[in-house]
Amino acid sequence: MAGLEDLYKEIVIDHYRSPRNRGELVSPPAKHAEGFNPLCGDEVQVWIDLEGDTITNVAIGGQGCSISQASASMMSAAIKGKTIAEIGELTVAVKSMMSVHEHALEDDDSGVLPEPPDVELGDLEALKGVVKFPVRIKCATLSWNTLVEALNN
Amino acid sequence: MSSEPFDVAAVRSDFPIFDEPINDRRLVYLDSSGTSQKPRAVLDAMTDFYESANANVHRGAYFLSDLASRRMEGARSKVAKFIGATDSAEVVFTKNATEAINLIAGSWGRVNLNKGDAVVLSMLEHHANIVPWHMLAQERGIEIRFLPVTGDGQIDLTDLDRWFDGANLVSLSAMSNVTGALTDLERVVTAAHAAGALVALDACQLVPHLPTDVAAIGADFMAFSAHKMCGPTGVGVLWARRELLEAMPPFMGGGGMIANVTTEGFTTTELPHKFEAGTPPIAEIIGLGAAVDYLSALDMHEVRRHEVELTAYFLRTIKERHGDDVVVHGPAEPSQRGGVFSFAYKDVHPHDLSQVLDQRGVSVRAGHHCAKPFMTQLGVGATARASLYIYNDESDVDELVDALSDASELFSF
Repeated sequence: MAGLEDLYKEIVIDHYRSPRNRGELVSPPAKHAEGFNPLCGDEVQVWIDLEGDTITNVAIGGQGCSISQASASMMSAAIKGKTIAEIGELTVAVKSMMSVHEHALEDDDSGVLPEPPDVELGDLEALKGVVKFPVRIKCATLSWNTLVEALNN
Repeated sequence: MSSEPFDVAAVRSDFPIFDEPINDRRLVYLDSSGTSQKPRAVLDAMTDFYESANANVHRGAYFLSDLASRRMEGARSKVAKFIGATDSAEVVFTKNATEAINLIAGSWGRVNLNKGDAVVLSMLEHHANIVPWHMLAQERGIEIRFLPVTGDGQIDLTDLDRWFDGANLVSLSAMSNVTGALTDLERVVTAAHAAGALVALDACQLVPHLPTDVAAIGADFMAFSAHKMCGPTGVGVLWARRELLEAMPPFMGGGGMIANVTTEGFTTTELPHKFEAGTPPIAEIIGLGAAVDYLSALDMHEVRRHEVELTAYFLRTIKERHGDDVVVHGPAEPSQRGGVFSFAYKDVHPHDLSQVLDQRGVSVRAGHHCAKPFMTQLGVGATARASLYIYNDESDVDELVDALSDASELFSF
């Protein structure tokens, strides 16, 4: 509908309707973290199987709005088979794409954003529209924050 | 009581915010349970204080300090009268209702509750009436009991004698901020007192919407916020019976709350100042006084009558238009509830619903409404919530009901 096309892109709605990698992995050995958006009750769970440095399997659980769940689904598809170093770069790239407002409001007083790493974002690009809806940025970044937490666990 | 219809257009014209369009549409404000809008009279009272009477209170013999003090204490008397308290020293100003409940737990609770003692809450409480008790439980090992909630979103009052047996305090919501359900206060107070327990009420949703008389209710403590009743943010109220306040130790220490301070210690001043350490939010308290005047001029019985009628219209209209696609939590009978509606629409997540409605200027809250245990019991992570007040009418309900169809278009799968 008018005004919301940038937010609810077709590919976002598609990931919301048919989420990829839904399920659970046995933990341990899988690394696991649960993330909450305390403002609105969105919840994302992330399980990761690692072989050496490489993510061999991902599972996503939780409940929430279209943006939080689509973002988690897109993330799960994007990180499978990648190394921890690659995921670190991807995380920075995705967050800098989405969190312009967060930086501007919260912790960046220089007005200059760091240059994001040159990473192919693919489907993730569709979430770019959330910057126009600042209250939804936290929905979109929840899964990425949870992923970082899972990797640290 | 008049039989004239409640004049919403006149009320609306008192609120400057309705002059501003939202997304090029008129504002359809349906989040008064979150915070109410403010009438010009409240804004003017605060501006006037800063322009003509600004000084610190209870600090000096000079003209302005005396004027500021008298205006602030005048507001206290208005608030006392508004809630049926005969003694304005029983009205303690806090930062908000949350601080008022923390004051009960931190002051009364700390000296009166010990390991093995029990506080009774309910499953539908706001976090502000859960977390302070959890904190006290961690510190003092008290037991917390949670009264269940019925299928239509009211606190389940069956078997109260058993629930209250051995309890020291019963602390409950007087009207749910999730379902709008009114609690049968007479039943609660009678049963609690019979069991030897005191009663604290979270009256945040009650005082702005229903005539409230603390003497008639018979509770021991009551907390509410200014900003949900046309007043400003930054000020809340704890009302408590004088003898309880007299016996309670201070909650915070500082200027304004002492009789004397030496290198050895301090003594406290009289009520209510004993609980008001530091410079209070003077302008906000005066704003609350103006809000009370505004609501009193409307007549709280008329406010209630208007909201019952609008509640009936809401429940009827949303069902007529959307049938089983919409689930409204809370009592079906308007007389048993206020105009707060948590609802689900098809499978559209509340967050998305709120976003789509916003495109039409329809402002509803989406989330857990600071009541996570209740959300867990309802089996949902979040709900959308529309809430009504004095400036809403049937056209606002119609806008919401129409806008739901937009969400259906976008998210029907």
